[in-house]
Amino acid sequence: MSNEELKVKITELLPAATFEEGGEWLTINIDPKDWLPLAQQFRNDDSLYFDYLFCLTCIDWKTHLTMVYHLSSVKHRHNIVIKSKLDRSNPEIETISHIWKTAEFHEREVYEMFGVNFLNHPDLRLLILPDGWEGRNPLRKDFEDTINMIKL
Amino acid sequence: MFEEVGTTTEGDIIINVGPQHPATHGVLHLVITLNGETIKKVEPHLGYIHRSIEKMCESLSYRQFIYVTSRMDYLSSHINNHACALCVEKGLQVEVPPRAQVIRVLMDELTRIASHELWWGAMAMDLGAFTPFFHAFRERESINDIMEETCGARLTMNYMVPGGVMQDLHPNFQKKVKEFMQLYKRKIHEYDELVTGNIIFQNRMKNVGYLSAEDAVSYGCSGPAARGSGVSCDIRKIYPYEIYDKLEFDEVLETGGDSFARYMVRIREMQQSIRIIEQLIDNIPEGDFQAKTKAVLKLPKGEFYTRVETARGELGVYIVSEGGTTPYRIKFRSPGFSNLSVLDHIARGSKLGDLVAMMGTLDLVIPDIDR
Repeated sequence: MSNEELKVKITELLPAATFEEGGEWLTINIDPKDWLPLAQQFRNDDSLYFDYLFCLTCIDWKTHLTMVYHLSSVKHRHNIVIKSKLDRSNPEIETISHIWKTAEFHEREVYEMFGVNFLNHPDLRLLILPDGWEGRNPLRKDFEDTINMIKL
Repeated sequence: MFEEVGTTTEGDIIINVGPQHPATHGVLHLVITLNGETIKKVEPHLGYIHRSIEKMCESLSYRQFIYVTSRMDYLSSHINNHACALCVEKGLQVEVPPRAQVIRVLMDELTRIASHELWWGAMAMDLGAFTPFFHAFRERESINDIMEETCGARLTMNYMVPGGVMQDLHPNFQKKVKEFMQLYKRKIHEYDELVTGNIIFQNRMKNVGYLSAEDAVSYGCSGPAARGSGVSCDIRKIYPYEIYDKLEFDEVLETGGDSFARYMVRIREMQQSIRIIEQLIDNIPEGDFQAKTKAVLKLPKGEFYTRVETARGELGVYIVSEGGTTPYRIKFRSPGFSNLSVLDHIARGSKLGDLVAMMGTLDLVIPDIDR
């Protein structure tokens, strides 16, 4: 499907979704609470069939966090970017690790690096950071480490 | 972490493989739950060499951050640099001169061969055959010599820069590459005679670590790990960059889904890389090796994503720019991280001795996973 066709299809599925212009791929903004049902449709709908989650990450915008999901379809060869704005003090979003298995690792990484709480994640533990690491999330913009970080 | 070692209430044994273990080729720590000799669960613990390259890049300029990325997947550092250079060029909308494009593709394919050579030797060594390691390194050494002449380095090249490549090819480059190709063609049959056709080796690889096509996609596998299951995912074919769309080469697919299929994909991929080099080595266009760019690069506000095919799979570079001289946020979607996540799935129910074969054919490079 081309970006225009995708846009029409997604407007049908979720009228509340807003689109971002200018990117290479179609980019949509959604509310975190819409994400789980939409993700299931994305994965299972035959004309969309986004079966390959190739990137999952988060951006700290100082006022809020943004989850970014890059999805692709191996069958149809179309791509989409989904963004969802999270509250910075209490970031929460539903896990999608049961839909795309790769998300289990990626969500654990985002959990420790940004402190995003993935609801219903099967195994939300530290993956990269050492045991006993408390609270501070290294990839947030206000993270300070006077010993290991060198300011240029 | 280590106090987990012992016996569970069901009588299962928990053991550690790593962080320092010869078969992990890096500091990877696996906590394995065993029932007798059968694997019930594999749990990777990461972070022993995590340098937080993504955070580091936030304070480095668009010219500087490329040097750090050589240290991610150090076996395909050219291709890492290439991905970053492409992403910056996408933001700047710079046209890369034809000569630079050909040089880049040549370097990428030489890197791919060198990386697969090392994988082949190291994997055979893990399975107990020491000789292949020396055979593989004999050929790999000549690639390293070629790189050293042109780039000045043998492992972390840092040769690709936004706009092209850092300097022109060494005058000996074409001659040396042709010599290497002759040597390689003379020796390639030894690989099959030594390892591929060996019945002991085949018994250890076939039907070990089966991965279905659907699972490969769901777990985000890419590169030879997914192509061994028949998933067509070669970025060079699907989303061609540089001049890959004008070159003749085949995407290597195997349908077995087991360790042997993944092994065969890499063996056949080396021959495809040779094919690409053969098409280009006599046809390097004259001209500039670098486009003219400003001394201080500033990317416009926005988001840029590039995908390239490294020796291990799909590498994604995601730059979020706020219009300044440094990226606001960078994310590297490394192939190894996703490929590692499938290890638990394919290892369950297998024997402990087969784990090495599975890890070997996933071709894990730890700095790529830890970043």
